[in-house]
Amino acid sequence: MLELWETYGIWTATTLMYIGLIVGVVLLAVAYYTYAERKVMGAIQRRQGPMMVGPFGLLQPIADGLKLFSKETIIPSQAHRAVFLIAPMMMFALSLVAWAVIPFNKDWVLANINVGVLYLVAISSMSVYGVIMAGWASNSRYAFLGGLRSASQMVSYEVSMGLIIVCVILCTGSLNLQDIVLAPRPVWMQVLLFPMFIVFLISILAETNRAPFDLPEGESEITGGFMVEYSAMTFALFFLGEYSAMILMSAITTILFLGGWLPPFGIAALAFVPGVVWFALKTALVMFVFLWARATLPRFRYDQLMRLGWKVFLPLTLAWVVLMAGILMSAEALPGQIKTDPALRKPVIETATEAVGGTVKGAVEGVKEIFGPSLRERLEKMEDQAEENLEGEEAE
Amino acid sequence: MDNFARSFLLTEIVKGFLLTLKYMFFVPKVTINYPHEKGPISPRFRGEHALRRYPNGEERCIACKLCEAICPALAITIEAEPREDGSRRTTRYDIDMTKCIYCGLCQEACPVDAIVEGPNFEFATETREELFYNKDKLLENGDRWEAQIAANLLADAPYR
Repeated sequence: MLELWETYGIWTATTLMYIGLIVGVVLLAVAYYTYAERKVMGAIQRRQGPMMVGPFGLLQPIADGLKLFSKETIIPSQAHRAVFLIAPMMMFALSLVAWAVIPFNKDWVLANINVGVLYLVAISSMSVYGVIMAGWASNSRYAFLGGLRSASQMVSYEVSMGLIIVCVILCTGSLNLQDIVLAPRPVWMQVLLFPMFIVFLISILAETNRAPFDLPEGESEITGGFMVEYSAMTFALFFLGEYSAMILMSAITTILFLGGWLPPFGIAALAFVPGVVWFALKTALVMFVFLWARATLPRFRYDQLMRLGWKVFLPLTLAWVVLMAGILMSAEALPGQIKTDPALRKPVIETATEAVGGTVKGAVEGVKEIFGPSLRERLEKMEDQAEENLEGEEAE
Repeated sequence: MDNFARSFLLTEIVKGFLLTLKYMFFVPKVTINYPHEKGPISPRFRGEHALRRYPNGEERCIACKLCEAICPALAITIEAEPREDGSRRTTRYDIDMTKCIYCGLCQEACPVDAIVEGPNFEFATETREELFYNKDKLLENGDRWEAQIAANLLADAPYR
């Protein structure tokens, strides 16, 4: 019995403790993220934000939470009860589960698995199911439309997000999040990654259904989207899930692009500050961008959103993956690439220009291939042919 | 081409972001923390009504009924008869605050500055009946706000 405890029991107990700690910290962060959102938006709109509950309104999130807990959960009579109740639970659980692979500091990670990035992508794709289930089970037109919108939006932006992550992995050569943080990144590599960082920021806004891509909620058009029929605790779960997903996405951005728990810009003098503080600060910075964007930008129209996702981000990220791979290969910086003898190597500039030139040439040819004879021209040609055929038939 | 570069470099979006950042830190707030701090109000502010007294405690109102006559909303009801010492006084002075439109004509009409609209605007009640003010309530208001009312009348006097 004692042996069993020593082999499994202690491990289980400590893991459970860590899980409790992470969930507690995340939920506290979520609570105060809602407060920060109201304060930041207030400041940008020259208002004060919440001020009444506690000093500077600091207890406001607790009051809001109590309100949501104490209200009645209304289940529409036409709704599918089981699915209706499972959907918010699923959203909430998924947004917490993803935190398992996030390294908060060196070796401060619950599950240091080698496919961390794949795990995160998989989990964030799963949350689409929660949205679809909620939209369908509510048996309401608004909720259904909101669910469909949200699903298509999340799926389309996941594609370019995946390609951006490929860019990062090209530089680091590992799917383990700790290795991604620790992989050396020269300045030129960071410059190459910077546009992808911007695209990633925009994509995570769309992925978490936040303004300016908050069409699934779209208060002014489809009231609350997939959440219209939800109240009290079920609504609170969606709410917590959404904010937790926002914080999670900020953490992922920090790990992929901002160097995780390492001091900013690699300044060794700042290393005395614990890594977890740097991690929190960097994550908070990205979280601020979420709020900043919400207070600054108006909502996209749905066709604009789809155009941006499929016709701008997808080709851009795809081209960038090819470009980065080419440059990394010619600079012999790909992880695990065998280095040639320095004496035999061509200068980096030359190989880099070759790579860029080749990529651009290929891209131009591809674009020509796709858009060469424009769609209208092709349609006109088809019409002409059809008319000729008709005339031919009539003549007969 | 110019347009293309602008949309790809997000110049306009960045400009918007900088503007909101500027608003966040460098532009003063327009809202106040209301129940704890209040905005300034003019000496001519027309708030809750009050019946004033002379410094010796004698009520000013002489029951001339000019306010009742001028009131466009017919909110004021006055009944009067001579008091024991022979002076003409009101026995009833009611203002229906649910009818009042706060036009200030009653205080303009008053020859002795008895009925005035004071600076108080926080007199919301939970029942409708509480808004039917009688003479006692109005005199009590006068006693409570006298200092401010007198100061306001003094401040406004040069413009009359």
